[in-house]
Amino acid sequence: MKKKLCVLMLFAFVMAFGLTGCKKADSSNGEVVVYNWGEYIDPETLELFEKETGIKVIYDEFETNETMYPKVEAGATVYDVICPSDYTIRKMIENDLLQELNFDHIPNAKNIGKQYYDSAMEFDPGNLYAVPYCWGTVGILYNKTMVDEPVDSWTILWDPKYKDNILMQDSVRDAFMVALKTKGYSMNTLDLDELNEAKNYLLEQKDLVQAYVVDQVRDKMIGNEAALGVIYSGEAIYTQRENPDLEYVIPKEGTNVWIDAWVIPKNAKNVENAEKFIDFMCRPDIALMNFDYITYSTPNDAARDLIEDEEIRNSTIAFPDLSQYENLETYTYLGQEGDELYNELWKEVKSE
Amino acid sequence: MNSLQRNKKLLGTPYFIWCAFFIIIPLGMVFYYGLTDRNGSLTFENIAAITQPEHIKGLFLALGLSFLSTIICILLSYPLAMILSAMKVSTKSFVVFIFILPMWMNFLLRTMAWQTLLEKTGVINSVLTFLNLPVLKIINTPSAIVLGMVYNFLPFMVLPLYNCISKIDENVINAARDLGANSIKVFTRIILPLSVPGIISGITMVFIPALTTFVISKLLGGSKILLIGNIIEEEFTQASNWNLGSGLSIVLMIFIIISIIITNIFDKGGESNFL
Repeated sequence: MKKKLCVLMLFAFVMAFGLTGCKKADSSNGEVVVYNWGEYIDPETLELFEKETGIKVIYDEFETNETMYPKVEAGATVYDVICPSDYTIRKMIENDLLQELNFDHIPNAKNIGKQYYDSAMEFDPGNLYAVPYCWGTVGILYNKTMVDEPVDSWTILWDPKYKDNILMQDSVRDAFMVALKTKGYSMNTLDLDELNEAKNYLLEQKDLVQAYVVDQVRDKMIGNEAALGVIYSGEAIYTQRENPDLEYVIPKEGTNVWIDAWVIPKNAKNVENAEKFIDFMCRPDIALMNFDYITYSTPNDAARDLIEDEEIRNSTIAFPDLSQYENLETYTYLGQEGDELYNELWKEVKSE
Repeated sequence: MNSLQRNKKLLGTPYFIWCAFFIIIPLGMVFYYGLTDRNGSLTFENIAAITQPEHIKGLFLALGLSFLSTIICILLSYPLAMILSAMKVSTKSFVVFIFILPMWMNFLLRTMAWQTLLEKTGVINSVLTFLNLPVLKIINTPSAIVLGMVYNFLPFMVLPLYNCISKIDENVINAARDLGANSIKVFTRIILPLSVPGIISGITMVFIPALTTFVISKLLGGSKILLIGNIIEEEFTQASNWNLGSGLSIVLMIFIIISIIITNIFDKGGESNFL
């Protein structure tokens, strides 16, 4: 009798396991698994999408391209839509992780300005794989009450006056970009001497840096925790809204112009839903909702025309005229050895 | 009898499944990745990589900080455990409850709370400035990491110590007193040796998580201080070099095993004195 009970319990256990394992979405139109940056979408747009299409959105977030890539490569979770940055898209194309998009199924993709598709050619030749979602620059966010001199150069991040008042990006490419640009080199260099010089320059700076952080730059700057921080332009409008003392500049030595774009991985299970999702995100009203919410510059020209506040529509932070800057670059994929070299040097900086 | 035993074995099945899927297979994978390179061929390079200056530095820094935290935990917990065991039952359970209460909150949240407390314009410093006292500058330094470790792991030292000390037979202590031992003698010859098992399990429960932590050092160290845990984490999440990350994990495991062996030697010594 007891034995039977045990077997029964075991059976129930296995069943419970099995059932959770093969739980399928019950909504009639299936699901779409989205992998996006943290706080990079207006959650309401996801609800709207679910309501309009009947497709269930399973939403997952990452903090850096570097944390996203191994997860996708290992295939632990199979995603249908991902939003990586330029150089990572290149890496994914080269490693055969992406599939070509069928633009016939994404009619709204035409709302994206031509100039952005042109820039996207740098990492996605022929515009086959990616639909731009957001773009921007990397610059310095500073607090006017703590910095009284004009800020126009990266070198201010090496000024001992601001010891413990500087926030640097805790991501290898952005940190090296700052040092390489200051030294007048390309941020995509693989020249060992240039990289070593940049590394030593970053080491020189480390004593002045309060902390290496990623998303926290925003909160710390709003909270007057630091005077200067390296930040993505998209955060600038938001931080100014919260703390009017903050100002954003693109340093004169040049910087990184980046594009984050929607892609569909090769192993995606719900390609059709993924296309619908990308199309939905390109709709002007939806793109506008997202712009209002995350304040990252939208490449969606139709959405920009819908912005009511003229000040924001013509904001030089959200939509800077890039032709006035020299030495602007976009990250390129450095190859496995290049990546390893950068990571090794960055580890040496951080462990010092 | 025989069938009862068989049934008992059957009841163990879920545990064996758990063990296989969540302990043995992952461990096997760590060893597989640790002992191969990206192309899958056998190599000891990932293990030997511990000798790189930044790795060895991270390891010794982690050993040092977690050792220091463990010592501080013992020094704080021991008197507390003794006071606790001398208390009335009702107050005793209340104090123990107070100690366990923070553990109901998520570990990550508590560590982030410390970040907000310790920040330059954080809660503590605002109060200090208000009182015209000098501000506290420990955020993003090793001291903040030690503070975070002690705060997070203190209950794991207090509880086993308290358990152990409260189980000491009153009669043994009274007998020692009757035979002329003063309080110091009672403590050094009776209470301390009898509480060694508690100290040992406390050390294991504090030292090992402190040694392997990467969250505390990341949040309270501002990513400026790399412990071996951070290096391993970044190999997986940033550098996507699972092989190196696994190799370094294996080295860390060896250090943990060594620390367990060392504490076990003391434990046996402690017990055999009395048996």
